[in-house]
Order: sequence, then C-alpha cells, then structure tokens
Amino acid sequence: MNAENADNKNNNDSNDDPKETIRSSFWHEQAEPDNPFAAAVCRCAGFDVYGDLLGKASWIEYLYLLFQGEQPDAAQTKLLNGLAVAIANPGPRDYSVHAAMAAGAGGSTLASNLMAALAVGAGRLGGAREVCEAMGLWEQCGRDLNTWQRALEQYRNARQTVTADIWPAAQHPPGFDPRGISCPTPIRQTLTQLADNNVAIHLQWLQEHRSDMEAAAALPLAISGVAAAAFMDLGFDHQQGEMLYLLLRLPGAAAHALDQHGQSRRTFPFFRNGINLQNDPGPKRGSP
Amino acid sequence: MKTVLEAWEQSWTTEMGAYFPGERVVLRGKDLFTELQDLSWMGLLIYGVTGRLPDANQERLLNGIWALGTSYPDPRIWNNRIGALAGAAGSTSTLGVSAGLAVTEALLYGLRPLLGAAGLLLEAQRKLERGETLEEMLANKLNKASGCAPASGQASKKRHRLAALPGFGRPVSSRDERIAPLLELAGKLACDRGPAVKLAFSMEKVLQQSGYRHLYLNVAGLMAALLTDQGYTPQQQYQLCVLCSSGGILFCAADAATHPPGSFFPMRCASIDYHGTAPRQWRTETI
Repeated sequence: MNAENADNKNNNDSNDDPKETIRSSFWHEQAEPDNPFAAAVCRCAGFDVYGDLLGKASWIEYLYLLFQGEQPDAAQTKLLNGLAVAIANPGPRDYSVHAAMAAGAGGSTLASNLMAALAVGAGRLGGAREVCEAMGLWEQCGRDLNTWQRALEQYRNARQTVTADIWPAAQHPPGFDPRGISCPTPIRQTLTQLADNNVAIHLQWLQEHRSDMEAAAALPLAISGVAAAAFMDLGFDHQQGEMLYLLLRLPGAAAHALDQHGQSRRTFPFFRNGINLQNDPGPKRGSP
Repeated sequence: MKTVLEAWEQSWTTEMGAYFPGERVVLRGKDLFTELQDLSWMGLLIYGVTGRLPDANQERLLNGIWALGTSYPDPRIWNNRIGALAGAAGSTSTLGVSAGLAVTEALLYGLRPLLGAAGLLLEAQRKLERGETLEEMLANKLNKASGCAPASGQASKKRHRLAALPGFGRPVSSRDERIAPLLELAGKLACDRGPAVKLAFSMEKVLQQSGYRHLYLNVAGLMAALLTDQGYTPQQQYQLCVLCSSGGILFCAADAATHPPGSFFPMRCASIDYHGTAPRQWRTETI
C-alpha cells in the first residue's frame, strides 16, 4: 500500500467502534504535540523516566521499579544487584549457555542465541521453572524447619507419575541439585554474601539451616534455591521470580554466544564420536 | 562406581537416531533414505514421535488437523500476532515463527488445552469405568474451578472454567467453526466413531443440559478425541501438534513484511489506559 492508498484507508475509517486500548498498571505516556504516536513523557509507576529517573536511578533500581512499582531502598537494591551479578553468567557448561553457544557456533542470528538460552533455561532442572516451584515451597513451608523436612522427604518418596502438563513431572525437590555431591563453593559464597543484608530474612534462615535442609532433601543446595530465597526476600511473586531468573541469566549466554561467533566451529564440541546408537541397522546394500 | 554425569560424559545413548556424515541417517532403527523415503512429512512425524509407521488414513487425519484446525491466517490471534509483529518490525520469519510457536503453549488456546483435553478424556474414561457419571465428574471439576453457579458471567470465572475443562469453550466465541469440517474429514477417513470422540460429544451434551451454554466442544477437544482414538498418548498428541500452528504464524509474518513499515495496528500514546500511581519524584538518597 502506498501513501495515497494509506490516505484513502484513513478516509474510509468511518466506523464508530471505540478504539481498543492497552490497560497498564505501571506505564503511562503523554504524546508529543506534533505526533500522537510519539511519546513526550513516559512515566513508570508515576516516575518521569526521561525527565527525572534517568541519571538518578541505577539499572537495578529501575528493574525493581518495573517489577514492583516502587522505588527500592538501599538494602533491596543491594540484594537484587548482588543476585544479578551472581546469576549473570552460569558459565559455558550450563545447558542454557550451551544452547546459546551452539547457536553462535553455527552463525545463527543473535536473537536466536538468546531465544535458545531462554528456551533451555526455562525448565525444571536448574531453570526458571525450578525457581518458581522453589518459591512455592517457601510459601508452603515458610521458615519452619519441620515443615521443610516433611515437604522435602515427600519429594524423595514421591513416585513418578505421568501428568497431562507441558512441564515434565518433578523429579527432585526444587532448589536442590539432583546431580550434586556437596554444595559448591560459589553457591555457598553467594548465600553468605546475599544473606548479609537486613532484608534477607529467608536467605539468613537458609544459611542457618542449609545442612538440615540438604539432609532432608538428600541433595545439596542449588543456585536456584538461593535465587528463590532472594526473590522471596525482595517480595516478588512466583511469576516475577521466574521471569527475573530468565532475564538475569541472559548476559552470560549473550557473551558466550558472541565469543563463539568469533571462533572456529571446530573449537566448540560436536561430540563426533559421542552417539551410542542402540538400534543401528547398519549400511544397506548399495549404500555409498 | 561412576556418577550419572561421569557415565554420560561425551556419550549419548539413544534409540531415536543419528546422522552418519556423508553416508546415511537412521531414525528409530530405520534408514531414512532407503526405508522411510516414501513417507510424507506427516508420516515421518508420526513415526518419529510414536515409533509406529502410520497407515494412510492416520497420515491424512493428522494432515487435516494441521490444515483445518490450527493455522488461520489471522494476525489478531495471539500466536499469529508474533509472526505479524516480527514481519512488521523487519525481523526474520524464522524468528517470528519460532517465538510464535513458543507462545502457542498457552492456557486459553493451543497446546495446553490439547494436552489437558487428552488427559481429561482419559480421566473421564477411567471414572466411567469406576461407575461415576459424567454429570458428577463435570460438576465436580467446574465447582472446584470457580465455586460459582453456571449463570455467572464474570470474565475471570469463565476463564477458570475454560482452564478447568480443557477442550470445551473458547475465549473469543463459544462455537468452534472447525468442528464440522474436521468431523467431515474424520468421517471420510472412518475415524469419527471412536470411543473418545463419542465421549467428547457426550460431555458436551451434559454441559449444555447443565446450563453451561458457552462450553461447547472446541477444536482442541475434538483433536484430542480423534488422536486418542488413534492410540496416541497425551504426550504423543502434544508432540504431534507442537509445530501445527507454524503455517498461520508464517503466513502472517510473510504478509506483514509486505506492508508499509510500522503499519501493523500502530497505537497512539493515548491508547495506553493507565491505572496506576499518580506522578511523583524519584528520591535520590539511595544512590
């Protein structure tokens, strides 16, 4: 459609249907005088983003504001910032980062690199879904060790069932590492660092009772469990926690993907001899 | 003794298949180029998901489900809109379709209702075998979901009922225009008289007689019934349909890419209906 057709289209817009709108609980725009489709003022939860907040708020403060609708205090800012640093780069062995790197190794679009990291990092094994479910356990058990021990032992004794759900059935208590042997040093360091904060009541309780909870789960604490406790301390709900865990782990995936884009595909594992096919019929007669 | 991680390090044991570079491909124990070369794409999909070679009618039924039920060329539909927005924003079709497919795993439409409907049919079959009636079972589900009478018209309660009974009702209109053409196709293929299809329509009849006028069988419910009667598990049904919306999303992406830049439903600033905190000033003492 060219400009002339566009004018005709506008002239033909004679219906009286009310315009459909986007309802927002935190974002408001005021248009430029010369263009109703360009914003002159953007307010986030009442704050003028470009006229007031920009230059005053840090990225982490703005992130908190976007999700919570309130300006964080110093302790909340410190906790969210610390968590964001701790989970920003899970490292190239992590499945979500591996996915981004596999996309990078083949020269895929950069958006697909991040989409790959999101898709793989969304799940119930070390991903955002696990954080969401760990937050559910915090809500269920609070800071009561007996309740936690009962809940974790139920997971250990649960029989696997097939569910009519897009997510696979739970195979381990969320927040704990089913393949771990002991709680790794970086996770203990993260817990110690984040718990040193006057809003970190869940994290402090977790630090105090980590050994008992690990014994009840028969598994070591995972970073997803630390993140879930931190999100509880920050007042986020399950969906907010799940979404932030997806978001805050992307920087590392992005950096590792870019690293692969700059390297030979031969420097990224193809696992050339890695497939152990159980039912190989073998080459057919006449095959090359 | 090795840990699980040590045992699987650098070694992926599988019966699904593999590629032998420069030589051949094996899928579920069969050579792709010499044993599966005559399969249609739908036939290959069924074989890959189930491990069973389908008959011609099963291929045509799944093809019909994809073609008639799941790929409308309308960019207002939420998953299609991702494709259209990608096209309108100068992104790529693959990115738009990939994201649109991910969005299809929705609560109100797409893959979750399909999987839920398949599970509901199996649950209903089990309960009928145990002597429970459809009336009791459906009433229990609806009461648990909303705790409200059928006459209530509140949107949130309607959404709860849609989620409580996957395969019945629709968010935009109550009747599903895809039921008749899909049933016609299934009739031609002699696939429309199975026990799950009969059960699905019996459930619809009970709902209508109980006053739930908006809870007609929808296409997800019919798809689940048709696929259940073919012997597919709920998970297999889900897997057979993971890609089924790709056509509609792709059509919308391609169409939007041919329109003027930024012309896809642009919205003016005033179209944001704000219900939040009044203007206020940022406190600077925190940094």
